[in-house]
Amino acid sequence: MNKILSILAVGMVGACSAVSAADIVGTVTYKGAAPAEKTITPILDDPTCGASYNGKAPTTHFYAVGANGEFGDVIVSLKDTTGSTGASAAPAVMDQKACLYTPTILTVQTGQKLIVKNSDPVLHNVHLNPTVPENEKANEASINAAQMPNGADLNYSFVKPEKFLKFQCDVHPWMFAWVTIVDSPYYAQTGADGKFVIKNVPPGKYTIVANHRKAGEKTQDIEVKDANVSVAFTFEPK
Amino acid sequence: MNKNCPTEYNPWLHYFAIATAITTFLLLGLGGLVTSHEAGMSVPDWPNTYGYNMFLFPIGKWVGGVFYEHTHRLLASAVGLLTVILAVWLWRGDARRWMGRLGLVAVLLVIAQGVLGGLRVRWHMDNLGVFHGTVAQVFFILVCALALLTSRWWLQLSAERNWVSVPAGLRSLFVVTTFLIFLQLMLGATMRHQHAGLAIRDFPLAYGQWWPDTSPEAMARYNSQRVEVVTETPVTAFQIILQMFHRLGALAIFLAVTLCAWQARRQLGRRDGLARMAAAWHGLLILQIGLGIETLHSNKAADIATLHVMIGALSLVTGALWCVIAFRRSDATPKLAGNRANSGELNCPAVLALGGK
Ligand code: HEM
Ligand SMILES: [Cu+2]
Repeated sequence: MNKILSILAVGMVGACSAVSAADIVGTVTYKGAAPAEKTITPILDDPTCGASYNGKAPTTHFYAVGANGEFGDVIVSLKDTTGSTGASAAPAVMDQKACLYTPTILTVQTGQKLIVKNSDPVLHNVHLNPTVPENEKANEASINAAQMPNGADLNYSFVKPEKFLKFQCDVHPWMFAWVTIVDSPYYAQTGADGKFVIKNVPPGKYTIVANHRKAGEKTQDIEVKDANVSVAFTFEPK
Repeated sequence: MNKNCPTEYNPWLHYFAIATAITTFLLLGLGGLVTSHEAGMSVPDWPNTYGYNMFLFPIGKWVGGVFYEHTHRLLASAVGLLTVILAVWLWRGDARRWMGRLGLVAVLLVIAQGVLGGLRVRWHMDNLGVFHGTVAQVFFILVCALALLTSRWWLQLSAERNWVSVPAGLRSLFVVTTFLIFLQLMLGATMRHQHAGLAIRDFPLAYGQWWPDTSPEAMARYNSQRVEVVTETPVTAFQIILQMFHRLGALAIFLAVTLCAWQARRQLGRRDGLARMAAAWHGLLILQIGLGIETLHSNKAADIATLHVMIGALSLVTGALWCVIAFRRSDATPKLAGNRANSGELNCPAVLALGGK
């Protein structure tokens, strides 16, 4: 009886907090000059890959910084939150197109499906480099998988949080993508406008973390009540 | 055959050994290219290639990194085959039993090498690449030694024994120096198998200092500024220190080889073959250091980095063969005239052949 009561109580609290949840909205800015991107020249040496570029090689996109410092590709999450909804979330998709991964920075939840496609007329090998052993184990079967032109999609799913798990192709050594795995639905990734929204956050005190693969990590302590909270992060050259 | 007889020179065996050594050298270069192009994992399966039997893999699919990795596997099979033939030939055709055994060791090494390479791919263990690179160098020394030991020059030297003996001190100096080079190669292989691009770009300074700052703050700063097209991976303090040791190692080796060349000349005389070989060795190391520096300046251009691996291998082999010859010439009592009759070599046909020079 006691047990049932306590389960009910927990359920009520959960329901209430869901009702009074608020959004965290924010912006991330990069102040100062980001390091210059490099041209991916070797892509032109490969006849098939080069054909997509008309003699003009693309560049790296490590720092997606807008004219006013809008900082894209920053992953914002709430530290130590759990309760992943990955299993029921729509699958995330990563494509290989014109011999590049798109997107190159991607965030998924634990248990969420990640589909890797090959839209190119060339073969790629999708080679993952997890640093968390559980994630390696969970994807052992296709940890370095060949994907022929129009080959079947590859499916991945991760069990533990991990920052910037590297995907690479060894046939085309400039091809990289970095997938971050979080353990809760309370995360967002900034777009080209440097903005993010984390939806439906239950009230409470949190440490909010902004992570950029090159620029590093910034944190702030925030409290969520029943109104939306806004947060601003600023990164600078180190 | 009379066991006191010097071994008969077999030109075809010798040429075959040389061919094996040259093919191995090319294989080393091709292996270096695989790593330089970061293509070690571009063929995810082994012993098959993308599901094909490796010898039937269609040429149309030899693209990008696959080209290097696949041709490396094919050439490696060729070297394996040559080695087996050489070993059988030595076993059956060389009067020196131990030559047959050396041939067997070569076969075991080449098998180990193939398996190491395969496991590296299958187990996704880039670190095995370090052993794979190191065993490759040892194997190369061995086949070069086999080529030397089957040469007419070596057999003649052993038969006539009219050498200036090489003092023990000088031999030790060369052994130690050769070993230093071996360590340097292992350091180099470890650096290359970090797959992290160059840990330090500037030379002779490192990040503008004689000894770079490797504190966590400094590392974060270096990495935030780092933009690489290939091997885009954060650099670690370990990798920086590895390169610093490689630089110090180069300095130590340069000094040691200079000392070797000078002492060989002083102790054996300028015209002695070993003194000349030591001088050539010295030149090779200067070239090697130049290539190392150029590897940095070219931001690890694949051809330069690969040349650096190949000349590194030649430096090691030169040192090792020098030592082999020096140990042959270690006998303090040069052969006296008339000894030949005493040692029962009178009825040896090969001696007559050799003596006819
Ligand atoms: C005594 C002279 C040297 C020897 C014998 C030597 C040998 C080697 C070898 C054998 C490798 C590659 C190992 C492998 O992949 O299996 C290597 C890598 C390397 N060496 Fe040297 N080295 C010498 C001097 C130098 C110097 C002076 C520099 C420049 C400061 C240098 C820079 C490098 C670099 C940057 C690599 C890694 C290249 C890459 O990642 O592709 N080396 N070295
Ligand atoms: Cu690819």
